[in-house]
Amino acid sequence: MNLTIEPGDFVSVIGNNGAGKSTLLNTIAGTLTPDAGELMVAGHRVTKRSVAYRSRWVSRVFQDPKMGTAGELSVAQNLTLAEKHTGSLSLRRYRRADQAKRYATLLASLNMGLEHRLTTQVKYLSGGQRQALSLLMATLSQPQLLLLDEHTAALDPQTSKEVMALTEAIVTKQHLTTMMITHKLSDALTYGNRLVMVQDGQIKLDVRGEAKARLQASDLMGLFSD
Amino acid sequence: MLITSIGQGLLWAPLVIGVFLTFRILDIPDLTTEGSFPLGAAITISTMLNGQSALTASLLGFLGGCAAGWVTGMLDTKLKMPSLLAGILTMTGLYSINMHIMGRANVPLLDQKVLTNYLPAGWSLDVQTILIGGIITTLVVLSLVWLFQTRLGLSLMATGNNAAMSAANGIYTDRMVIIGYMLSNGLIALSGGLIAQSNGYADIGMGIGTIVIGLASVLVGEIFLHGRKIWIRLTGMVVGAIIYRYLLTLAMGMGFPVNDLKILSAVILVIVICLPMLQTKYQTKRQLNRYLKQIGVEQNVTNRHPERTTTTESLLPGNQQRTARFEERELDD
Repeated sequence: MNLTIEPGDFVSVIGNNGAGKSTLLNTIAGTLTPDAGELMVAGHRVTKRSVAYRSRWVSRVFQDPKMGTAGELSVAQNLTLAEKHTGSLSLRRYRRADQAKRYATLLASLNMGLEHRLTTQVKYLSGGQRQALSLLMATLSQPQLLLLDEHTAALDPQTSKEVMALTEAIVTKQHLTTMMITHKLSDALTYGNRLVMVQDGQIKLDVRGEAKARLQASDLMGLFSD
Repeated sequence: MLITSIGQGLLWAPLVIGVFLTFRILDIPDLTTEGSFPLGAAITISTMLNGQSALTASLLGFLGGCAAGWVTGMLDTKLKMPSLLAGILTMTGLYSINMHIMGRANVPLLDQKVLTNYLPAGWSLDVQTILIGGIITTLVVLSLVWLFQTRLGLSLMATGNNAAMSAANGIYTDRMVIIGYMLSNGLIALSGGLIAQSNGYADIGMGIGTIVIGLASVLVGEIFLHGRKIWIRLTGMVVGAIIYRYLLTLAMGMGFPVNDLKILSAVILVIVICLPMLQTKYQTKRQLNRYLKQIGVEQNVTNRHPERTTTTESLLPGNQQRTARFEERELDD
């Protein structure tokens, strides 16, 4: 497989179960190490590097809302963890004077009422709230690459729609390079400027721009059944 | 009797706090305890016999414990061993190391000054023990309260709570786990050194059952003092250590043979594990009855309808915390 994602791309990745979408995403994120081949992120060779090392360029929103946040910690503490400019071995206090106000402003932009719940433990939030928080955390430090791993699949239809709209808004506003795995063809068609279809570990379809905009769900369905 | 328990409890408090660090913060059951506790005792007593001051010897004991924790941490993270096995391996290996340090199974102090001898000789032993134990425990608690306000402390908590998320946010979780093991076992060894000074000897068998003592004290402490703030939780550990000592002293006062204390420890641990569960069950039933009465349903809910109990549970505010915790445990598995 050979895939190059250009800066500013919003790539939707679709494919059957077992096609290799998640393997692709996990290899980029670093949870899986490739047997052979090379992986570059933002000009750095990261093929064998750990997840933590890559995190300075790569952010990720997990499928399971519980995975992307630490449930026992408060909303504010979770956000602090996402501010990656301080090393995790630092012995400086993590609470800063301006923090509460800054976080409240950020959370207010999510429109989920989280700005009043800075000190609430994340485990008491709803799935949608947790996922929106995950999204905010993943994009807080302006990553070079944002990975979305079916991040709306565990949510109810309404919340899923809200989180997707939120994703679009954040990605557009921060000009993020994004790769989104999804099983929802409509999302893959609606969002992003590029669509990649994976099958049997190979790229079966890679369309962008105009061609992608003309793509119909029925075209994709045809490819799926091949 | 209570006064003696307070003094002894304060000497045991670093061990309980150490067990708390791995068991509660990192979510790891660490059996190294059984080896690092006598290691601390062995190092402290041996270096004191070699002419070091009690303070230096206690600190060396702490460092020795850190080294033991580092070994377990490496086995766990770098060699990917299950943490229980890693702890058992270190603990077993430490038996030989402790024997080498001490030279024989039991080493008594001769006329060396222990920490309590720094205080005026006119004061009673209980007062001396409480003061020394209190000072050390306070220092430990204050340092940890400070630690958990730093980025490092936050990273430790995050690692124990959700390792995948922590790694995704740039935390090198292996490092955090190793640091946690080191701190924990350092404190456990410190406690070993203090107890050895208080007893006047180091013994190769003094580690047996310490993990059960530690866990039971952690759980007892949580029953008496529970909160989210770290200083409350740490104070709870000190309270747990003292109450646990008091329970043992009471048992001995009632004529319980010393040899049977271990089984008593085990039984206490079983009880304190079950107690919160029974408490939750009882509270749930009561609240459910009250709720049903409120909405006008004829009650009489008993445990014959477990499925109804579980579905209504989440509606009841008082139980949310516990419910959520159980749910998360299941998911972790």
